[in-house]
Parts: sequence; structure tokens; C-alpha cells
Amino acid sequence: MALKTKTSTRIGVTILGWGIALWLFFPIFWMILTSFKSEVQAISTPPKLFFMPTLSSYAEVFERASYWHFALNTVIVSVGATAIAIALAVPAAYSMAFIPSKRTRGTLLWMLSTRMLPPVGVLVPIYLLARNTHLLDTCTGLVIVDMLTNLPIIVWMLYTFFREVPAPILEAGRMDGATRWQEMTMVLLPLALPGIASTALLSLILCWNEAFWSLNLTSSHAAPLTAFIASFSSPEGLFFGKLSAASTLAVAPILIFGWISQKQLVRGLTFGAVK
Amino acid sequence: MATVELKNLRKTYLTEEIIKGISLSIEEREFVVFVGPSGCGKSTLLRMIAGLEDITSGDLLIDGHRMNDVEPGKRGLAMVFQSYALYPHMNVYKNMEFGLKLSGMPEAERRAKIEHVARTLQLEPYLNHKPGQLSGGQRQRVAIGRAIVRNPKVFLFDEPLSNLDAALRGQMRVELSALHRKLGATTIYVTHDQVEAMTMADKIVVLQKGVVEQIGSPLELYHHPRNLFVARFIGSPPMNFFSAIFQGGDAAGSSVQLRDGSSLYVPVTSPGLLPGTKVTVGIRPEHVELASSGPNSGVVEVIERLGAITLVHVRMPDGEIIVVQTDGAALTDVDTRVSLTLPPHNCHLFAPDGLAFEACHRHPLAA
Repeated sequence: MALKTKTSTRIGVTILGWGIALWLFFPIFWMILTSFKSEVQAISTPPKLFFMPTLSSYAEVFERASYWHFALNTVIVSVGATAIAIALAVPAAYSMAFIPSKRTRGTLLWMLSTRMLPPVGVLVPIYLLARNTHLLDTCTGLVIVDMLTNLPIIVWMLYTFFREVPAPILEAGRMDGATRWQEMTMVLLPLALPGIASTALLSLILCWNEAFWSLNLTSSHAAPLTAFIASFSSPEGLFFGKLSAASTLAVAPILIFGWISQKQLVRGLTFGAVK
Repeated sequence: MATVELKNLRKTYLTEEIIKGISLSIEEREFVVFVGPSGCGKSTLLRMIAGLEDITSGDLLIDGHRMNDVEPGKRGLAMVFQSYALYPHMNVYKNMEFGLKLSGMPEAERRAKIEHVARTLQLEPYLNHKPGQLSGGQRQRVAIGRAIVRNPKVFLFDEPLSNLDAALRGQMRVELSALHRKLGATTIYVTHDQVEAMTMADKIVVLQKGVVEQIGSPLELYHHPRNLFVARFIGSPPMNFFSAIFQGGDAAGSSVQLRDGSSLYVPVTSPGLLPGTKVTVGIRPEHVELASSGPNSGVVEVIERLGAITLVHVRMPDGEIIVVQTDGAALTDVDTRVSLTLPPHNCHLFAPDGLAFEACHRHPLAA
């Protein structure tokens, strides 16, 4: 009897899991499907699941906008922001994890609280700052803003990963004559590498998909892929075929990258939870 | 090899004082053990010497040089941690090489040293293994090897055997003692295990709540504990205590009246103590003798037979339990009435403030 209940529970959980996965995946699936439809098919009711696929939307998208220009900007901004954020966060998280003071907890919470503020609340000051420092529509400007918005999460994540590293190992390094810097680079970093990698991956994804600041702080020169998508929801009306093609092109690289590194990501995100 | 001197060392965390002014001098080649219950500050004191904790006040001298503000790696010490603290991402060879490399030693010299140490500790087959592939005892050996290879002036051990099982712990204890004799290095060893302290130390420092309770050789602490705390802490099973009334004393001894009215003349001096004062008598289980009849009788409540010895728990008329260690073949049975003999020269007397009365004669092994 007990075994029977268990089996039915397991089936129920499996169905629920698949249900949620499909629910989450459906928009992406529909977007990719629509990108291969003609504009007429894209808005037809009832929606068509089977049709003759066409690449016309993609052709038009490539004709109308320079995809590679936007993609390059996105790569520069995501990689740049992530690299700088990690470089700043490692020493910060190191000191919080291994040399805590009575204000460490508070500092961490305060840092996280900045993430709770709606970005639009600081749109005007940041826009003005960017304008006055001539950073509007530059990759540098976007790198700085993306880096700063992600820094709290990155410090938090690294902090929890570093806390998993037993302090005596670092102390052994110090007894062996390592300076604080050597202790961090030669002992801590190799040990926390899975954690750092998954943190970097998460930061890359967040930067890649970041739309609010890209749309508000760039126009053409430094516009990333999110601006590229937005440029297809134009005043002439919505062309779902082209919009879907543009969106697919924009998310494809990070989707593929995430897929390849998902093992790393899962391992990093559950690091410490499962020993 | 080096001397270590602590001068009124203090450590304060926030507002709480953890180490309350400890002075101690450690001779060259000496094996010193810090022992005490958990939270007594023994590990903190070791970490202050190592440089892993700041010294709030007082002076730490190694070979006569003040080391308070010197980086841990530059004090000439090596430490073995309780958790071994090996570098998990490096193999055994690299673990031992790390410190040498940082000190800028040439590669050939490093290799020769590591191979020599690996041979001494029988680690040669494992040089390419990562710590994760080794057993607890092997990891312990690597940790010791990593310390030895640096040729330190002083070895620091922080409860190095407490993660090992009992059999291995006994074996490592012997190996560490042998190693100390061979290397002749000044050693400071922290443990909560009084057996380790008794068997390995030249000098034991008993700590409680950040204060030194007594410093002395193992047998000095055993035969002449300075106070109740040390008397209770050193020795296993622990010393028996019961209260008595001080009657008077002279140069050769002091007389006390026990609960059952009998009196005991113990060869300890009691200067300035008023007759009628309540004192504590202490006697170790191995010194109490069982008799079938006589004064001091009680009922056997529990018998623990350990093979070589037997521990007899006797409930006295006033409700106190006295443990007696006797022959493994003792024929005593539970619920029988037995009588206890307390040889006066093995009794200790403690004043109301917990301090022991000075023995009239020092034990020959604890002079």
C-alpha cells in the first residue's frame, strides 16, 4: 500500500515537473516557431502548429539591421561587466567571508537591498550622470551600469561559496608564508573555481538579457541585442514574424552557451547544499 | 631550534577577555602541551603564537625576538591543524612544496627535502595522490610532513589527533613522540585529551578560562596538583573528592575529621588554617584500597570490569560515590558492603579556595 502511494506520488511529481518545464519553455518554443512563419501565418487565427517553414523573416531582419553590430556590443558589455564585477567581488567577498566584522552582515543585506529598488527610480540621476560624463551610448557606460547592478548578487554568491572553503586551509597557506594576495590567488581561487564559474555564468546571462538600461542609455553606437529586438516593435505596428526572428537571434547564443555549461551551473548553484 | 617566551599575553574579543595574562617560557627542544577543557583558550593561545590571532597586549618572544607584529609565515613556525587543512587541489608533493616554493628555495633543493621527508614518514607511494584519495592517518602524516619540510624553529600542533579513531590515535601518539625525539624541535601541542598530555609532554600547561592553573611535568601534575581543578582534570578515572573538617596541623602533617567521625593524618602542611574549617580531601581511584571490614564502609553500586583493572563504584553512607580502581580479578560483587582504606600519603587536601596544601615530601618522580 505504502509502495503504491509512493509510485503515484512519483508519477504526480513527474507530471508536475514536466508541466512546469513545458509552461516555461512554451513562449520560447512559440517564438522560434513564429520566426519561421510568414507574417500572415504568424497572426492567423487559430494559430497554426504545422506550416511550410520559411526563412523570409530572418532574411528581412538581416537586411534591415546589422545583427553582428548589436551582438558584438552585447558580448563586449556582458563579458566586460562580468569580468570587472568578478574582479571587484572576489576581494570583497574574501574579506567578508574570512575577516568578518560586526558590520559584515549589515553590509551584505544593504548591498542586496539595492536590488530591491526599481531601476526606474534612479533612471534620471543615472541618465544625467551618464550624459555629463559623456558615457551615453557607449559600451563603457553600459558596462559600468550593468556591472554595478549585478555586483551585489555576485558578491553575495561568492561570499556563500567562499564560506564553504574551510578557513584552516587558508590559514595553512598563511603559515606557509603566503601573503594575503597569494592566499587568495593560489589557495582560495582554485578551491572556489566552480562557484566563481557559475557566478560568472549567471552574471553573463543577466547582462545579456538586461534591457532597461540598454534601452535607456544607448541609441545606436553601443546598442546591444535587447535594443535590436526592441527596434522591431516599431511604430509601424508589430510584425510578429520579424520580431520573433530577431528575438530568436538575440537569445540563441546565450541559450546555447547556457545549455553547454548547465552542468557547471547546476553544480555551482547547489554547491554546499549537497556535499 | 628555539625558545619561546610569553610575557603577560592577553587577548580581548570585543569586550570579553579570552586570554587573561599568560606568562610562560619554553625551553629549546621542549615538548609543551597546552591542555584544558573546551573553551579554556588553549587553541586561541596557540593561534596567537602562530600569528593567526592578534595579541591584544603582552609580548611574544621567539629566540628572544619580539614577534607580536611579524607575519605568521615569517615567525619560523609550522603548524599542524586539527582538520589537517591540506590544500585539496594539490597533490601530496605540491602540498609539501608550497611553503618552500614561496620562500624561493631552488627546485632541486625542494625536491631533495620533500623526498627525504616523504621517506621518513613513509609517504613516498602517495606523492602524486590528492588529499581526497588518502585515509585519515595518511592525511595526518602529510600535514606533519608539510610542517617538517619547512624546517621550522617551533612546531605547533592544534589537536592533531582528535579526528582519528582510537587505535590510530595511539599509534600516532607514539610516532609523534619518536619524531620529536628525532628532530629535537621545540614543540607546542594543544589537546583536550589528558592522556595525550601525560604521555607526550615534557611540560604540561593546564588552562582554564584563559588562566594558567598549573605548569609542570606530567608526574608533577599527577602527584602534586596545585588546586582542585588540576586534580580533577589530570588522571583517569578522575580523583575522588569528599569533604572533611580540618582539626589541626604541624610540620609533619595535618589532621582532618571525615564524615563518619574517623580522623586522617595527611602529610601536608597547613599554615594559618583555623581548626574547624571545611576542607576537601582528594584521593585517586588507584590509591584507594578495598577491605572486607573496617571503617569507611559503603555499598558497591556499580562494577566496571575493564579486564586488566576493575572500577568499583562505592556509595558511602552520606550518599557520595567513591570510585576504587582495583585488580582485574577482584571478586567484589554488586550490593555487597565493602570498607575503604585511604593511605594518608596518597591523599590530597584542598583549602576552601580550592588550593592544595603543600605536601611535606615531594614524590621522587616529581621533584
